[in-house]
Amino acid sequence: MVIVMTGVATIVFFITRIIPADPVGAILGGNAPIELVDKMRAELGLDKPIHEQFIDYVVGIFHGDFGHSLVTKKPILEDIFTFLPATMELAIVAMFFAIIIGIISGAFSAVKRNSIVDHATRVFSIMGVALPVFWLGLILLFFLYFKADLFPGGGRHSLFIFPEKITGLVLLDAIICRDWDTFKDALHHIILPAFVLGYAHAALISRIKRASMLDVLQQDYIRTARAKGLGKRVVIFRHALRNSLIPVVTVIGVSFGDLLGGAVLTETIFSWPGLGRYLVNALLVLDYPAITGGTLFIAFVYSLANLLVDISYAVLDPRMQN
Amino acid sequence: MNKASNQRKDTTAVTENNKGMDRFRLLINQSKPVLEDLKHTLYLWRRTHLAMVGTVMIIFFILIALLAPVIAPYDPIAQNLDQRLMPPSMDHFFGTDQYGRDIFSRVLHGSRIEIGIILIVSVISLSIGVFVGIISGFFGGLVDEILMRITDMFMAFPRLVLAMAFVAALGPTLTNVIVAIALTDWTVYARLARAESAKVKSLPYIEAIRAVGAGRIRIMVLHILPMSISPVIVKLTLRMGTIILTAAGLGFLGLGAQPPIPEWGAIVADGRDYFIDQWWISTFPGIAIAIIVLGFNFLGDGIRDIMDPKIRR
Amino acid sequence: MEGYRGDLLDVSNLRVFFHTYRGTIKALNGVELWLNQGERLGIVGESGCGKSVTSLAFMQLIEQPGEMTGGRIMFDNKELNTLTEKELDSVRGKDMATIFQEPVSALNPVLKVGFQIGENIKRIKPKASKREVREETANMLELVGLDSKRISGFYPHELSGGMAQRVMIAMALSSSPKLLIADEPTSALDVTIQAQILELLEELVEKMNYSAILITHDMGVAAEFCDKIAVMYAGNTVEYTTVEEIFNNPVHPYAKGLFKAVPKVGQTSELETIAGEVPDLVNPPSGCRFHPRCSHTKPICKDGFPPLQELSPGHFVACYLYGDEDSK
Repeated sequence: MVIVMTGVATIVFFITRIIPADPVGAILGGNAPIELVDKMRAELGLDKPIHEQFIDYVVGIFHGDFGHSLVTKKPILEDIFTFLPATMELAIVAMFFAIIIGIISGAFSAVKRNSIVDHATRVFSIMGVALPVFWLGLILLFFLYFKADLFPGGGRHSLFIFPEKITGLVLLDAIICRDWDTFKDALHHIILPAFVLGYAHAALISRIKRASMLDVLQQDYIRTARAKGLGKRVVIFRHALRNSLIPVVTVIGVSFGDLLGGAVLTETIFSWPGLGRYLVNALLVLDYPAITGGTLFIAFVYSLANLLVDISYAVLDPRMQN
Repeated sequence: MNKASNQRKDTTAVTENNKGMDRFRLLINQSKPVLEDLKHTLYLWRRTHLAMVGTVMIIFFILIALLAPVIAPYDPIAQNLDQRLMPPSMDHFFGTDQYGRDIFSRVLHGSRIEIGIILIVSVISLSIGVFVGIISGFFGGLVDEILMRITDMFMAFPRLVLAMAFVAALGPTLTNVIVAIALTDWTVYARLARAESAKVKSLPYIEAIRAVGAGRIRIMVLHILPMSISPVIVKLTLRMGTIILTAAGLGFLGLGAQPPIPEWGAIVADGRDYFIDQWWISTFPGIAIAIIVLGFNFLGDGIRDIMDPKIRR
Repeated sequence: MEGYRGDLLDVSNLRVFFHTYRGTIKALNGVELWLNQGERLGIVGESGCGKSVTSLAFMQLIEQPGEMTGGRIMFDNKELNTLTEKELDSVRGKDMATIFQEPVSALNPVLKVGFQIGENIKRIKPKASKREVREETANMLELVGLDSKRISGFYPHELSGGMAQRVMIAMALSSSPKLLIADEPTSALDVTIQAQILELLEELVEKMNYSAILITHDMGVAAEFCDKIAVMYAGNTVEYTTVEEIFNNPVHPYAKGLFKAVPKVGQTSELETIAGEVPDLVNPPSGCRFHPRCSHTKPICKDGFPPLQELSPGHFVACYLYGDEDSK
């Protein structure tokens, strides 16, 4: 993982350094005096040869120094820790939603194969994989915010609420402080974006769960369990559910990356103050230290998620333990 | 004399004709299993409703892309400020945007852009992926280790995020969007091609060919490549929907095709500020994206089902 | 069971069809079997003749796309094909237990072996405490010759084929069933292990005086284990009699061929084979399904379906070559 992360840092570094636009020009404007430009370049270390810049950068990372944002002027790490919790909260709630809905609907769909529930679930999951996240977000905002006014139009909480900051996750902080008004308000704000972000994944998980459940139900050991006279319910819950979870876990791991990618779009639509929006803004103004830092951090979170997935394999499947 | 030579000519003609017939028959006989297999595939294709629906949808979409200049009633990029923000009507089926451009024409022309993106991304990412994968699987050892670590590095990013970074680095143009998506998408095929070629490599018949003295490149190109390509192709059709979603996502963020190019994601973004009152600008291109992704997903699922040996027999 | 041919099991006219895209596979087409308490029946025949489907039908475990389309299965005074799933669950595993062909895949890979035996015991004795279940599990494992302390904590992938089959046997016997069905219990195992497992099975069945059905394609195994033999061909019972009769005096042309194909010690001549191929069960031959391969075919064999009739006391055969003259 260390090797891969170092490689990731290298890729990110070289991507940002091939940016054709001149970041100094972008900050100071085209008419800045030469001396000022040179001074700025020296400040940013851009006057050094590329390999020295690279070494500086890598050494910096190991010291937790990602440089300073050209826009906010603050250290990148500080910025990231300001915006990361919002993204984490959104991603966790969306994933939670996706896993619950996906597994239940998929399993149900497989057990009641070719029933109305099955068909409804399959339509639900087909739509989920096909609808563009940003478009779904707009449509839902239109109907549920502008028309019906059931949900707020964006942000993490209402303007008049000032949540306590402990972990940065508003929902969790509210629980810790027993501040139920804030909790309700934050929950109200997160439902729509989390649904939009999680829908595609719920759909994917549902599909995989259905397929793997159907596969497991055909296995010899299910026949054995039936031959033992175990009731259908016991067979499904004890013998089929866990076995068919293994491919689902794989998909959760792989699709977590798409979830983080989708978070970029969802955050943009719902004015969610997260890392994705930070990154998009950085990209639009070519704030390259922010781009590098943000991209790197998202990759880091993704890799961490995949590590978790690898660990959960061993829990689910004893064959993986050796 | 003359007659005799004529006769001889006749007989040779006959035998040659016979030979031709024989060869033809032989060809027919030899290709019988292949033909049977093809027939069986076609049969399954027709029976697999999903694949059929997907095929029809994609053919429809390709036709639209080909005929867009003919069907489209207006120029997709010509501005007409008298006709700004018109709701859908008989003149403008999908209405007009803030510059008075006809959304219907823009969506039709957009299909050409999307098809182009899919085709080129597929070709580039497939080529890189299969090349890396087959080399990695065939040689194994250190080469495999290095190539797969590199693949891992690319896979450590969420795809959209990596594509965003690439586009930002290269500059937001349509060409760069294609390059960026291809650069993030090849890893899928590399992994798959590697697994397949490693499997094929250890088959006894490759051993036999090697024993006869065939060169490595020859084995790779003539034997391993065709044997390992079909799962990769299946994967490709399954991923085509994702390619469009990524391209449209980039377009929506303003990091893709730049205005006035009628890329669907970009049109959705155009309409975002007007969405409350002029819902039609964003709605129609979004539906178009959903339909085409649906088509490719159906096709991909159908093809996967058809290729599945469990269902095939 | 009064009025039935066997006092434990009586199967008549059992039909099972599988609906596939190629057409309907008529897997079982009127199987006739019966069994008295304490008897051991062998069902023999080539692969694909419907032996395993028959055993699944006994359990009423035919799954989609298969369907039991006709016939009656009387077991222990219950007509199984009319019972609800719930009622069947109280028969399955309790009164009738099965040992399957592929022991390793027949065990759930993510559950410990001890648990899988224990859940059966727990089901039959719902009041048993955890300790009692554990003790009972250990006893069963010891009974089949396994080290209970070690094995009960193992997952199926940690067992060899032979060990897994012992576990299966322990599981099946843990409920002291009235009928034990063993579906090719040894064919997935190594030859040396096969003998051990068979010996174990024989010993246990003998000791506890179980009624048992052994499904096999191995005539030697059948001869050693069984009292009665039913010969199946293409989804039909073609001959049913005692093991001595079938070896000394097989009458159905197919059974004759089958028992001539068993090598005997000291035999120097080449083994005889049955000409022709196993019929396609989507489009089975008309009339007697064996007639295309039979050397004594008569006109009626192509048209009529020969019923199973008693040739001599206890010896039943389904063939037009025998029986009363009028039906010829």
